Amino acid sequence: MLEYARWKYILIVAVLLVAMIFALPNIFGLAPALQLAHRDHSPVTSAEAAAIADYLRAQRVSLTRAYVDGSGRLMVEFADSSDQFKANDIANAKYQGTYISALSLVSRAPAFFRALGLKPMPLGLDLRGGLDLLYQVDTNSSVAQMLQNYLQDSARALAAAKIPVRNIRFTTTGDSQLQNAIQIAFAPGIDLAGAQQALISPLQGLTITKQSGADGSQLLIAAMSPAQVKQREDYAIEQSVTTLRNRVNQLGVSEPKVQRQGVDRIDVQLPGVQNAAEVKNLLGQIAQLEFRLNDETANAIQAAQTGDVPLGDKLYTNTAMGGPVLLKREVIATGDQLTNATVGQGQQGPAVDVTLNSKAGDNMMRTTRQNVGKRMAVVLIEKHQETSTRNGKKVVHEVTTQRVVNDATIQGVFGDRFEITGLSSGEAQDLSILLRSGSLPASIFLVNEQVIGPSLGKENIRMGIDALIIGMAGVLGFMLIYYKVFGLVADLVLVANVILLTALLSMMGASLSLPGIAGIILTVGIAVDANVLIYERIREELRKGVTPQAAIRAGFEKAFSAIADSNVTTFFAGIVLWVFGTGAIRGFAVVLTLGIATSMFTSLMGSRALVTLMYGRKRKVARLPI
Amino acid sequence: MEFFSHQTDFKFMATRHVWYGLSAILMIASVVMLFTRGLNLAIDFTGGVSAQASFPATVDLGAVRSQLAAAGFHDPQVQNVGSSRVVAIRLPPEPKVSGQVIHDRVESALRAVNPGAAVQQLAVVGPQVGSELEVSAAWSLFFTLLLIFGYIALRFHTWRLSFGAILAVLHDPILVLGWFAASQTSFDLSVVAAILAVIGYSLNDTVVVFDRIRERFESNRRLAPNTVLDQSINQTLSRTIMTKFVTAIVVVALLVLGGPVLKGFSEALLIGILAGTYSSIYISSAVALECGLTAEHIFPTVKKTALDSQP
Repeated sequence: MLEYARWKYILIVAVLLVAMIFALPNIFGLAPALQLAHRDHSPVTSAEAAAIADYLRAQRVSLTRAYVDGSGRLMVEFADSSDQFKANDIANAKYQGTYISALSLVSRAPAFFRALGLKPMPLGLDLRGGLDLLYQVDTNSSVAQMLQNYLQDSARALAAAKIPVRNIRFTTTGDSQLQNAIQIAFAPGIDLAGAQQALISPLQGLTITKQSGADGSQLLIAAMSPAQVKQREDYAIEQSVTTLRNRVNQLGVSEPKVQRQGVDRIDVQLPGVQNAAEVKNLLGQIAQLEFRLNDETANAIQAAQTGDVPLGDKLYTNTAMGGPVLLKREVIATGDQLTNATVGQGQQGPAVDVTLNSKAGDNMMRTTRQNVGKRMAVVLIEKHQETSTRNGKKVVHEVTTQRVVNDATIQGVFGDRFEITGLSSGEAQDLSILLRSGSLPASIFLVNEQVIGPSLGKENIRMGIDALIIGMAGVLGFMLIYYKVFGLVADLVLVANVILLTALLSMMGASLSLPGIAGIILTVGIAVDANVLIYERIREELRKGVTPQAAIRAGFEKAFSAIADSNVTTFFAGIVLWVFGTGAIRGFAVVLTLGIATSMFTSLMGSRALVTLMYGRKRKVARLPI
Repeated sequence: MEFFSHQTDFKFMATRHVWYGLSAILMIASVVMLFTRGLNLAIDFTGGVSAQASFPATVDLGAVRSQLAAAGFHDPQVQNVGSSRVVAIRLPPEPKVSGQVIHDRVESALRAVNPGAAVQQLAVVGPQVGSELEVSAAWSLFFTLLLIFGYIALRFHTWRLSFGAILAVLHDPILVLGWFAASQTSFDLSVVAAILAVIGYSLNDTVVVFDRIRERFESNRRLAPNTVLDQSINQTLSRTIMTKFVTAIVVVALLVLGGPVLKGFSEALLIGILAGTYSSIYISSAVALECGLTAEHIFPTVKKTALDSQP
């Protein structure tokens, strides 16, 4: 007699049932679809949807259905991807101005699956085509910006306390004391205690040290601690991820992915997107936004001609208005202090309604109270990295372009809520998107980009699935021939393993890439290994002359430690890959690691349950078909 | 069906010095290959531009090359992948130029060869990403080895087996790297993943043999270590070969059907599996034997005196 606890049977059956339910949506496959969203993000009406569908049909594109999804976007499904491409070309030609189109894949599973939250594995970019952009966040610039804020606050506080300052600057390099520090120089004889008192509030959290300068001036140095720098850098990256995510959402792409990668990288995956240029324009180029006062007392045109810029002003020649402007150096608010921006209808035409956070709101209130009737400008700072060859060496340097995108009159005193007017309808639209998607607290640079055509994706998935099916069939056939009935058990267990793995991946929403398919295939190998270990052990015991049932028991028990130990080591390799790997490597690691877990479960518990069921009941078994 | 109806009884350990020699030759050859020819690093590591394009008909690679050169790309590498109508193109890094611009330039150059040409895939990798990847690949390897060493030392109570396992683990990737240097197959990130999987796989084998060694020592402590090792390897031989054979089936399927993207990956796996089978027999176990492995190391005798001394 062989026995196997009843609860184990129940557990196995329960796990398999749940797994089958979760794996089921994958069977229906994915239908090629075209997603059309309004450029201004207003929902598509059903009348518009019907009109577009009719137009596509009139152009001899056969579509299976067209509907408006939950986010107000029109989805058009096709039976074949050639229709999808054709429809995309037609839609781009006709609706370019009003709609953003993206190639998409939609589950063919019946609607109630979606209602239950059951979804098939999404396909990775290599299998469905799309655009992959890897950005690097320049964390140094974000730290520098913070120092600039400290500097401004300090200068203002000292001016308010009427303490004259010789020189104030910040440094990002130097020895430990001068690294990421504000350096304020005072003339000899100035009361430093008073200055320190005034600086308590603006330089909160920084450690302030006194020094004497080379020219006899007294120095106060306030340095950011490494922890503060690190915190600022992390903030910059997290904020950049958020901003990029917002911008990606503005694109209306289906299933976009924006995630932090490594220390200071952000990976943006846009399935189905092919027009890289448009996307990159919106995603990467806009770095920072600043609100500054216009210095109307000086003549900007003259300043631009002579190059003689009044003290405390900054000259901008690149403006949306055409002519040059002089803006005050002081920044009233920055884009990352902005909480919302929407297009509204003001008294004088289209307007952008802006909401700031409380700190920036206070500052804005203070500024506007003193400057009603004067002008305020919005400056857009764009940065990108250029590599040039200097003295035979490659030098990477940053190129910054600053553009005044808007210059409007302050109509009254306002704080955290105000309106920007004097815009055309289109300008209001663009400015609101720009403002709403947030400014990046640090410059980001594109370091890696990849476009995968949809037809290549289709080819990749065909090859991957072919390899999987042929590989599986080879293994299943061989096991059946080599181990007969026990081979059949192994085959059932292998299939169960693939179902379990598919279910887990679907549950996690992990996207399936080509390396992921390779991982599944490899898992089949690992799962077979466990079975082979058990069966060879059973054969070995039988050769020793042990009775069949005792051989089965010994086979499972003695093989256990070998299976566990050997899988744990492979598991380690998988975990390390998971932690260190990125992109495709991580996809492989996820599948490998999960696959080891599922194969341990299916081959140890599943096959034992089956074998016990087959040979355990009888009092005596004469021969084992192994 | 059974390939091993009788228990095999090969004297593995007796001939181990011959195999050490072979291993040494292979390893040295691999290292020499690595240093003389080097790896054909993909743009994952070097930075640059890689593209894949399809043509409506068979295309003359020379024409593609000259058109690309005419379009201003320095030293373009062009080769067929999978079919005579699909070409893979590699271009050196182009600073200051966006991917879209390169895409358009490549496409118009290809259309000069055949108007029906289409760029299916284009990747632009910045040089700094590549060098970081090398570092992270090295760290992955280091941590994997460290974890494995710790785990085996913990499970088998002796560093001798850990040491043997680590040597075997180093042996396999070196041979795989040697192969990639010799064949000049493109070495990309997926190959690194495959090598780490190979490490896991090869260990799998090693640990199965170790497990049997532990079991043999447990049942008979008086047996000479080399006899135990021989017995253990023989007893697990059928399993080792069976598993490798079955895994080879799926890897060959990947190699043949998986297309160009998975070629390097499956090639690395196949070589690694072959090397791993051998190394788990001749490197890991034999090295532990050279380190003086005895039953005592795995099952230390409980000292009676310690018990007696207690009140």
